Amino acid sequence: MRASFVFSEVITGLRRNITMTIAMILTTAISLGLLGGGLLIVRMIDKMQLIYSDKVQVMVSLTDDISANDKSCSSSICANLQRELQGSSNVETVTFQNRDQSFQRFQQLFQAEPELLRLTRPESLPATLQIKLTDPSRADVLVKAFAGKPGVKTVDDQGVFLQRFFGILDSIRYAVFVVALIQAAAAVLLISNTIQVSAFTRRVEVGIMRLVGATRWYTQLPFLIEAVVAGIIGSVLGIIGLAVLKEFFLDAALSGPIASGVLPRLDLLDVVAISPILVGVSAVISAITGYVTLRLYVRL
Amino acid sequence: MIRLEHVTKVYKTSTRPALDNVSVEMGKGEFVFLIGPSGSGKSTFLRLLLREEVPSKGRVYVSNFDVAKMARRRVPRLRQSIGCVFQDFRLLPTKTVAENVAFALEVIGKPRHTIQKVVPEVLQLVGLDGKADRMPTELSGGEQQRVAIARAFVNRPLVLIADEPTGNLDPDTSQDIMLLLERINRTGTTVLMATHDHSIVDSMRRRVVELDHGKVIRDDARGVYGVGR
Ligand SMILES: Nc1ncnc2c1ncn2[C@@H]1O[C@H](COP(=O)(O)OP(=O)(O)OP(=O)(O)O)[C@@H](O)[C@H]1O
Ligand SMILES: [Mg+2]
Repeated sequence: MRASFVFSEVITGLRRNITMTIAMILTTAISLGLLGGGLLIVRMIDKMQLIYSDKVQVMVSLTDDISANDKSCSSSICANLQRELQGSSNVETVTFQNRDQSFQRFQQLFQAEPELLRLTRPESLPATLQIKLTDPSRADVLVKAFAGKPGVKTVDDQGVFLQRFFGILDSIRYAVFVVALIQAAAAVLLISNTIQVSAFTRRVEVGIMRLVGATRWYTQLPFLIEAVVAGIIGSVLGIIGLAVLKEFFLDAALSGPIASGVLPRLDLLDVVAISPILVGVSAVISAITGYVTLRLYVRL
Repeated sequence: MIRLEHVTKVYKTSTRPALDNVSVEMGKGEFVFLIGPSGSGKSTFLRLLLREEVPSKGRVYVSNFDVAKMARRRVPRLRQSIGCVFQDFRLLPTKTVAENVAFALEVIGKPRHTIQKVVPEVLQLVGLDGKADRMPTELSGGEQQRVAIARAFVNRPLVLIADEPTGNLDPDTSQDIMLLLERINRTGTTVLMATHDHSIVDSMRRRVVELDHGKVIRDDARGVYGVGR
């Protein structure tokens, strides 16, 4: 089969019903943009897990008395607590953080919110014992054991908060994937329809080709390639859309938490990393759609 | 080369058979006219040979193809060994004269250099040299039919089927087309032509098979159009 034949047929086909082609490409682009968004959230969750996995998992806040007077955990209550914690089975490290250090950390976390910083005095923050666990999932045992001990104000399992936070991210990701799926269904129907229209407008020509002895494969390949080309263009547009969205919208919206290190930064490299997946998915889906449509609905 | 054995064709939408128990044989290199009034089944006959239709009963052979029984995926092979020409030319409107002719070679996978050599030769044979780059719409009816004949003949088919090839042409142009078909026939190609044209049939004096209501009512080795009427 001559490549030039297929090529010219594909160009003619895409041009002939240009509005349909555009609709097909745009739907594919949106669908793949959404899929890409979902994938980016997955990457973000991965990065966050990396960030948080070597951070403190349980935090023991000390009473105001200790917070105000003990700068280095030298009082007997604090020292006892620290020793006791270090002796516990599930504990990896324990670090003391006095009130000034807590305030510094607070300033760092909320540097994007000067209003909050202005209103917060160091006195309102407690000194803490920051604990890293060997098995974060068994944090509750430690929380129960130390809650209410002398010198202890509160014991917080940050894993619970993180889990809730990851849970929210997970549901956002699922929602995005569901919308992507619905959009993909629309794209598939559009691709199928475009091929049918394309085949219908060229039925006389294809009929002549068949009469001269062209195989089904020969006459149908251009339609298939048309679908795949449109699918690939769509996915590329989707990727560009994602990159633009990330650069000019997401980065600005999340600048605060990113600067304070609460949220990891998504790089353009992350978008680049998922783009082969998007292009591949698009090409494969449009090829399958095209093939099935030609087999089932196009009698040429 | 062509053999029909007790072929009956009843279209789904009609009760009367378009072909009714037809048995004919046409040998290699023959030139045969298929005549008969409108609706007598001529086009149906030719469509069966191309496997555009399958017979309701009976068997159809073209060369060594069992046309009615063969698998669908082998149909392209059959059609590649039959050249066909129609009243309405059936050229690809978006392709030039040369591309139209080349197409018949492309579908059988002939290499580019062969195509570039053979196409101009055939165009010259049908008297279209110099018009290779025209579009079909830029040609007269007679010229378009020459392109169709060039396309039908370019890969030297065993059989050339023509369904009223002169139906849309004036008598002089028709005469030219007939001369072309005769030349092709002289190369050993079996030519089977359905026609209404008395003068052509009468002047050529070739084998005539006459159909009426789907039945063969006459088969003369050197016939004329209107015998016995
Ligand atoms: N696709 C079809 N569906 C149903 N009936 C058909 C079909 N094609 C042809 N017929 C019928 O079959 C009969 C034979 O038609 P056919 O086209 O073979 O005649 P013909 O001899 O070629 O006529 P003409 O000289 O007018 O071309 C006619 O009665 C016609 O109505
Ligand atoms: Mg007819």
